[in-house]
Order: sequence, then structure tokens, then C-alpha cells
Amino acid sequence: MPLPPLLISGASTPAPRWRGSKTAVVACAALVVVVLLALLAPVLTSYGEAQILPGSELLPPSRTHLFGTDVLGRDVLTRVLYGSRISLGLAFLATVVATALGTAVGAAAGYSGGRVDALLMRLVDTLLALPRVLLLIGLLAIWPQLPLHVFVLVLGLTAWFPLSRLVRAEVRAIVTRDHVLAARALGSGHLQIVFRHVLPNAIGTVLVAAPLIAGGVIVLEAGLSFLGVGVQPPTASWGSIAYDGFEVVNSAWWVALFPGLAIAFTVTAINMLGDVLRDALDPRQLPLR
Amino acid sequence: MTPPPKGADAPGAEAPLLSVTDLRTYFHTNNGVARAVDGVSFTVAQGETVGLVGESGCGKSVTALSLMRLIQSPGRIEPGSSVRFEGTELLTLSEADMRRVRGNRMAMVFQEPMSALNPVFTVGDQIAEVARIHSRASRRDAWRQAVAMLELTGMPAPEQRAHEYPHQLSGGMRQRVLIAMALMMNPALIVADEPTTALDVTIQAQILELLADLQRRTGTSILMITHDLGVIAETARRVIVMYAGEVVEQSAVGPLFATPHHPYTEGLLAAMPRMGRRRDRLRVIPGTVPPPTDWPTGCRFRARCQYSWDRCANEHPPLYDLGDGRRSRCHLAVEPGRRAHPHEPLAAQAVPAR
Repeated sequence: MPLPPLLISGASTPAPRWRGSKTAVVACAALVVVVLLALLAPVLTSYGEAQILPGSELLPPSRTHLFGTDVLGRDVLTRVLYGSRISLGLAFLATVVATALGTAVGAAAGYSGGRVDALLMRLVDTLLALPRVLLLIGLLAIWPQLPLHVFVLVLGLTAWFPLSRLVRAEVRAIVTRDHVLAARALGSGHLQIVFRHVLPNAIGTVLVAAPLIAGGVIVLEAGLSFLGVGVQPPTASWGSIAYDGFEVVNSAWWVALFPGLAIAFTVTAINMLGDVLRDALDPRQLPLR
Repeated sequence: MTPPPKGADAPGAEAPLLSVTDLRTYFHTNNGVARAVDGVSFTVAQGETVGLVGESGCGKSVTALSLMRLIQSPGRIEPGSSVRFEGTELLTLSEADMRRVRGNRMAMVFQEPMSALNPVFTVGDQIAEVARIHSRASRRDAWRQAVAMLELTGMPAPEQRAHEYPHQLSGGMRQRVLIAMALMMNPALIVADEPTTALDVTIQAQILELLADLQRRTGTSILMITHDLGVIAETARRVIVMYAGEVVEQSAVGPLFATPHHPYTEGLLAAMPRMGRRRDRLRVIPGTVPPPTDWPTGCRFRARCQYSWDRCANEHPPLYDLGDGRRSRCHLAVEPGRRAHPHEPLAAQAVPAR
């Protein structure tokens, strides 16, 4: 019988243990692939994003068109690849905006307590009560040619409410801990306490929530584009391609299916990554296992 | 030859380092005003160790936090209270000035060494942070000081331990880290709030010895807050006994243990196991500390006292001065004859034992 391996605790510099987790490997690999595909789109396909191939309308998947072609005779694979740039880019930037805002508002409310807390949280309650999809549809209906950067901002500005409540709750709990009192007893100021003693301890919450926001943004963007109010043609996004495929879904299932699969695949990987990040970055689960 | 500058208006070597006068810290809650600390006065001299004892809920920790002005809403230090430290009135300092006192001139050691450390930074980082707050030390210098401080606290392999996270250290080591943090700026006063309560008995002794040793080397004063008279006997020169938000007895350690004046102190001593004294069972003080929203009128210890008589119900006892630095908040000081007639305390009569 072989001896059990010696447990060597990495002692001084604990490295995140993602190597050990299969979920981590799978999620990261999947996302790397998705991002690479997006970046390498011009290399991977010889067609243009909106290039129309006359006489090639609605061809089923084949060797020349792996994902088939759409109603205008555009290569669906090409559009999915280019669309991923828009979908992922929107999701990333909107998530950055939403995470920053949600964390800031949550930390401000949770750390201040009292009236500031009550005021901010009632504001968030109100914002949460607004039906987000309808709000966005309304906005986009008023301003149909919304430039992409404004669209990102709007997506981000409407995605931070739940995170701010999570962060606020976490911060409320953290500020009562002894080490925060100890930090005050050592002469730390408010900013120092927030940035060194409170937020680093709330990072797990943010890191688990951020991928969820990103996933949500991808789905929401797809939904809006699918409804025809998001990303405008000829620009491709996963949602807008699916929208193109919707009308012909009975005869040409491939136009809607592949962008749909891309969404499902990416969002699943992102959500898995959220869990992995939480496990990996919680220092209480570092060595000494 | 001019003497080194002292605190702004320190009248001389005799002025105590810390003098607390009529400290009242009230919590204004929905259930009424909790008078957690209710008119406490005491002093701590340069280089002295003063013990502050009492059971849970008597106001020890609130007193400690009040000294550091760390009381949070709904708690409030009431106007009229005074905390003079190194010649400065702390209660009227601006928050920014107060921050320069905390961790620098007056530092605190907490009870729970695990939860008092930030779990996401290495301990060396956290000790170094103190220097970064209070001096313009560079990152490297602060780190070097932190390691030196850890070594001073007797931490084995300090250089290596400094790179570890709190959860990787044992309770005793964590307490050494907290002590290193408290001592980093060489403070004039260390407020140690139950520093050994969460530790094993063997580690307790080591930590107390360490504190005493560091005190000898640095000349710092220590306010040792504990419910454990054993800790007091080992470390302090003078004791302040608190009960129900008030000081009930003050004395040098020896005389207090030999002849306690206040019945509460007497009860605490009787409840303490001692070597070389045969007794089948430790005595307990019947009842508990009354809620601070509702201190009894008259003597606050009356219901639990075996000597109480009608005067105790009607007249709140002052802190009688008994000479030799001894004080007791008990009418026995003026009617010592009553000590001859102990009876069942009210609390014991109200709640039948077992």
C-alpha cells in the first residue's frame, strides 16, 4: 500500500488552488476559448461580418458553412464569431460599471449605517421595483439608434441594484467584527478601514456576484436584441442573430440555434467561474487543508 | 539642561498618566437608557499595572472602549465625563487628533485573538500597518519593524511567521501578534481587555509573563481588564473592582486579597479556587448583575449581598475613603458591626437553589 502523500503546506506564499479543481479548469478553458474565438474572428473565417453571399440564402450547415447561412445569405458562423465580440464586450464593460457602482453604494450604505443606509437602500428598493426590461425597452424605443457605448452604460447602470444589497448586507456584518474595531483602536481612518478591513473581506460576495451580473447582461442584451431594440443591424450580436433566425426557425433552425448555444455555453462557464473564484480567493480555504 | 518636554500641562512627575473622572457612558436604546458605565473615576500612573475586575455586564469593556473613544451609537459618553491622558483631555479632542492617540500613545489588546485580526492579510502586513498609520515609515521599514516586534514578543521564527495568515497561527501566537501590534508605536498605555480569557491555561501564563516582561522593558502602563482575580494577582499592583457600572472597591492588590472590604469583592474572592485551601465546593454569588437600564436604587449589589440592611435600600453608598489608598462603596465602612450578621441574600431567597 503506497504511503499517503506528504501534505506540504505552501507556508509563506499561499497560491490560489485552482489547479486542483476540475470545475475551475473547465470553466476557465471554456472562457478562454470563447474569448480567443472572439479575438481571432477575422482569422478564423474568410467571410465578412455582414458579407452577403448572393444565392446562398438559408443553406443548412455544411463543410463550407459550418453553421449554415441566414436569410440574407450571410455565414452564421462568421456572424456568431463577430457577434461574440459585441456580446462579450458589452457584458464585460457593463459588468465593470455595475460592479463598481453596486460595491460603492453597498459599502457606503453598510459602513455608514443610520440615515445614509436607510436612504440608499430605499433608493435601491425603488430601483429594484422598476421592471428593468420594460424600462430598457421604453428607453430604447424612445432612442432607437442608441450608440453602443451608451447601451453599455445603460445596461451597467441598471444592473447594480441587487449587488449593492448583497454588498451592503455583507459590510453590515463585517463592520461588527472585532478586527474592524481593532483597526479603529489602532488609529485607522474610515477610508483605510473600508478599503483594508471591510471590502477585502467582502470580495467573495462581489466576485461571486460579478459573473452572475455578466451572465445576466449577456442574456438581457440577447433578449433586447431579439426583441429588435438592442444591437441594431447590420451589427451582429448573439441576440440579434437569434432575432434574424426567429422568423425562419421552422425551416432553418440553425440560424437561431447556434447563437443560442453560444449564449448558453458562455453563461454557464461564467457562472461556474464565479463559484471557483469564491473558493479560490477565500483565504480561509488556502493551505492547512 | 532642560528636562525633556512632557505633556502640555503636566504639572510634574506626580501627575498620573491617565485620570478618568466621573466617566459615564450611556446607551440610549429603545428599551431605555442603559447606564453601562455610571460615574467611574480612577487613575493609572506611569509604568503601573492596574487591574479592572468585575463579572460580565458590569461595565469593564465599555470603560475600556470609552477610554479609546470607540463607543458607537446608540452609546454615548455623557457630558461632564473626563478622560485626561498625558495631560490632554481626550473627550474633547477632534476625531483626527484622537486617531493619532489610538494605537500610538494608547493601544488595546483584545480578548479574541482570532477575530481581532483581519483574515485576508498576513500578520506581518497587519503589524506593519500600524507603523504605516502613525509614522511615515516606508513599506520595507515598517515590515522590518514588524518582524522585530514579533521577535520581541517571543514568536518563534518571526521572519517566516510574519508571512502567514491569522488562521495559520495558534491562539497563543495570534495573541502575540496582537500584542506586537499594540506595542508597535511604544504606547504609554496598553488597555488589555481580557487578553488571556480565550487562551489555554498554559498559554495564559506565557502571555501574562510576556506582558510583564515587555512592560519592564518599555515602561508602558497597563490597564488589565479581566474577570479573573488570578490574573490580577499575577500582574497588577492596584485593583479597581467594578460592579453595575460603578467602582465598588479600590485597593492595592495585597490588602484586597487579605481583607476585601466590599461584599462583592469578598464574593469574588470566595468564588476563586485557591491552592492550599481545602473546600469541597466553591462559593458562588447568588443572582446576576441587574440590567443596566434598570439599576436598583440604593446599593446596586443589595439583592446579592449577605449583609444588606434597610440603609442599603434607601441610600446609595458613596465611595468611602478608608485610607491607605483603599476605597469601598459599602455602608459597612461606616457601620462595620453589621458584618457580624450575615444572612441569606435576597437573590438567593427569590431563586431557590437547584
